[in-house]
Amino acid sequence: MKIITRHFDEPKLHELAVYRGLGGYEGLKKALAMSPADIAAEVKKSNLRGLGGAGFPAGMKWGTLPPQDKVPGPRYVVGNCDESEPGCFRDRVHVQRSPHQVLEGLLIACYAVGAKEGFIFIRGEYGRQYRVLMAAVKEAEAAGLIGEKILGASFSCKVMVMRGGGTYISGLDTALLESMEGKKSWPRQPPPFPTNFGLMGLPTVVHNVATLAMLPHIVAKGGEWFAKIGTPKSGGTMLFSVSGHVEKPGVYEFPMGVTLRALLQAAGGVTKGRALKAVIPGGTSTPPLGPEHLDLPLDFDSVRAQGSFLGAGGVIVLDETTDMVAVCRDIISFLTHESCGQCTPCREGSVWTKTILERMLSGRGRPEDPALLERAAGRITGTTICALGDTVGIVLKAYLKKFPEEFKARSSPEGERPGMEARV
Amino acid sequence: MAKITLNGRPVEAADGTLLIDVAKQAGVAIPHYCYHPALGNPGNCRMCLVEIKGAPKLMPSCRVRVADGMVVSTESPAVAAAQSGELELHLVNHPLDCPVCDQSGECGLQDYYMSIGRYKSSMVEDKRHFEKRKPVGPRVMLDQERCIACTRCVRFLAEVSKTHELGMFGRGHQERIDLAPGKTLDNPYSGNVVDICPVGALTDRDFRYQVRVWYLDRSDTVCPGCSRGCAISLHTSTQRPWHNGARRAARIKPRFNPEVNGYWICDEGRYSYKALDRDRLGKVLKLKPSRAELSWDAAFSEVSSRVKGLLEDHGPQSLAVVASGALSNEDWRSFKKLFVDSWKLVNFAFDPAPDQAGEEDALLRRRDKVPNLKGGAALGFGDQIKSLPWESLAHSIEAGRIKGLYVVDRDLFGVWGAKTPGLLEGLELVVFQGPWKGSTGDLAHYRLPATAWAEEDGGFTNFEGRSQGYRAALPPVGDAQPDWRIFEGLLAGLRAGRAE
Repeated sequence: MKIITRHFDEPKLHELAVYRGLGGYEGLKKALAMSPADIAAEVKKSNLRGLGGAGFPAGMKWGTLPPQDKVPGPRYVVGNCDESEPGCFRDRVHVQRSPHQVLEGLLIACYAVGAKEGFIFIRGEYGRQYRVLMAAVKEAEAAGLIGEKILGASFSCKVMVMRGGGTYISGLDTALLESMEGKKSWPRQPPPFPTNFGLMGLPTVVHNVATLAMLPHIVAKGGEWFAKIGTPKSGGTMLFSVSGHVEKPGVYEFPMGVTLRALLQAAGGVTKGRALKAVIPGGTSTPPLGPEHLDLPLDFDSVRAQGSFLGAGGVIVLDETTDMVAVCRDIISFLTHESCGQCTPCREGSVWTKTILERMLSGRGRPEDPALLERAAGRITGTTICALGDTVGIVLKAYLKKFPEEFKARSSPEGERPGMEARV
Repeated sequence: MAKITLNGRPVEAADGTLLIDVAKQAGVAIPHYCYHPALGNPGNCRMCLVEIKGAPKLMPSCRVRVADGMVVSTESPAVAAAQSGELELHLVNHPLDCPVCDQSGECGLQDYYMSIGRYKSSMVEDKRHFEKRKPVGPRVMLDQERCIACTRCVRFLAEVSKTHELGMFGRGHQERIDLAPGKTLDNPYSGNVVDICPVGALTDRDFRYQVRVWYLDRSDTVCPGCSRGCAISLHTSTQRPWHNGARRAARIKPRFNPEVNGYWICDEGRYSYKALDRDRLGKVLKLKPSRAELSWDAAFSEVSSRVKGLLEDHGPQSLAVVASGALSNEDWRSFKKLFVDSWKLVNFAFDPAPDQAGEEDALLRRRDKVPNLKGGAALGFGDQIKSLPWESLAHSIEAGRIKGLYVVDRDLFGVWGAKTPGLLEGLELVVFQGPWKGSTGDLAHYRLPATAWAEEDGGFTNFEGRSQGYRAALPPVGDAQPDWRIFEGLLAGLRAGRAE
């Protein structure tokens, strides 16, 4: 079952004519004939969850916007395409292959929440994708799909595309808004949340572009149709970026709740027929699952019940030859490099634990190091401004708990060290 | 009103007040670095985490606004662990160079380590290195390694002084405070960043390595630098006379007064303490015709009889009095009693000359750089008793209409420049009274040492008419006496003369 990637094999899908020939912008047309409240009701019915990582129900997010009669004035929708999590690359493929699908979703969201300006914030490093998206915006503007009186209806909406400055943290909604305002992308301390205090302090809905791209299909075929595809609590499909030790890495779309086994099979299985050691289900900041989780349905709630997160569906497969301490070091190094530096636990905790891990891997481990890492992780978890800061502690704790013997082996200068060291 | 439970105790507060402020009013000090009542609450230091019933995790109390029914604990084991944990993270890359750090003794890291930290350090890695000694301006030294990135200084310079010299540069653990390109931290309020820095990252170049803060005594007083009258505390070093370059006054810090200066003072006021140990008068002297040291009694009687003679010969117009707005309210009262009521003088000059006028701005600084012209105005100086223009005073002296001059704490070189010695030379009597000799003191027949504001109790009335008292922070220099006692002494001397 494919929704978003259904026509990805069309070579010229990024062109407006091809996209419209395949039924594109029909969802927008139908949406403009509906009332915004009806669209919101369909979205609520669809059980669409935010696909950027948190899995917050999209309908519920719209519900937290202040009513327009109470807070009049502009409000915004921002499509988040600052995909920077290691292991996640589906938005890159998506925007490059089917930019109009994202724009259509953005326009529907704008119409549904009463926004007259929509934004796409695209990762700074995505140069080619930015150019494709800009070409699509120009085409849509020329065709009257963006601008005044869209498709003859009374709805007018502008779309702006902004490029990030190259930070991981900008992928977080409040940091993204700061970056859009021209500031250093430091996350804001909620509350208030963006739906009440967003871009320029105005009500703003921030959605991942994949979430937005689901909207045309929900409008076109109905919320119930969409809800039936997934699990009872997560409607529709999920785009997985599968990478690591698999034969056929790539972007795979499956209904919510697909098993890890089925996903691995689609990706050609573990490379060279080796045994599976671990699977990171949602990008590097999510705790790893093990071979025992092969039959775990991949949806937000099931993965969460196993102590991990579905995240943005960045599935990284690690085979039996992988050194998990090195994996952990690489992830913490990444988080150290990308820590925004605003709050202390993340800024100091990440570099401290990274140094400890590097020392352990260089053969200078000490018996007390695992306990020290555990303690440092405990000091970071739950005390940071944003969820990405928390990640440092969560990841450390997870690897320490799941692979204690590997950490122990690195904990003495004479310790037995596995011969291989793989980087993610 | 919101009724909340704080550590099991019912507390009432206005709706929407920040929890950290409510706790403070209720006597519960929650540790914090980044929060400052005048500079907002970015919530980045994470020291003020508290437990709120129903919240999924610990919440920063500087960001939470109280609501009715809130149940808060600042003492639970989870809070204690989190706060001590945050402190450990603040300190992992801190250089711990307390023995050579000027903040030592008044450092937020030291204080919280002793109150909520007390953990055993487990940091064995190499610490991060940044610039240790960066003079960011003429008055402030930056040590990037000691910084805990609370951004108070950045916010002060953005929101209060609006000069934007410092910013946060770099990212993550490489993040550090630094000068914005092309800027120097030399605005008139730059010293405040040192006060608000909770650690030793920003130190005062003037105070660096002078004296350890635990040897200082603190006195609450009022700044004499201009007519604003900022609340300050004067820090003095008298316990170890060989410290602080053998100077008694060590520094001035602002004192919170919401009605006058808020949390801030200007740099002019901050460094004005230096005058307290420079060119001070401590001896009662007769300089002309020959130099002789006098007792106060002898001086009172000699000066008052000389004045008496002058007034008898030439009338009350012949003696002019020059005063400065540095007199206290008490001084002004005795001043009036002596010169107006008793000696019946009519020629007074007390307007600020150009040398006492300076820069003014919307924040604190006032144009007239004397603290208490209003105290004189309250007694009629300025209204009933007009100040002679400086030029006409000079003319009257040149024309011989004025034959004597009584100068109270005023350096006439600041008014008349090089003309001054020529003007004073022909006078029959010149009395100089003041804490500093200036150049005028040398030209007087009698030189009477007065205490400076820091050595007396008194009060100033600021430009708004607000009277503020101050206490002596230091003993007088030598035989110096408060101005009002000198006036009263002369009054008694004159009476005694009459009785003869």
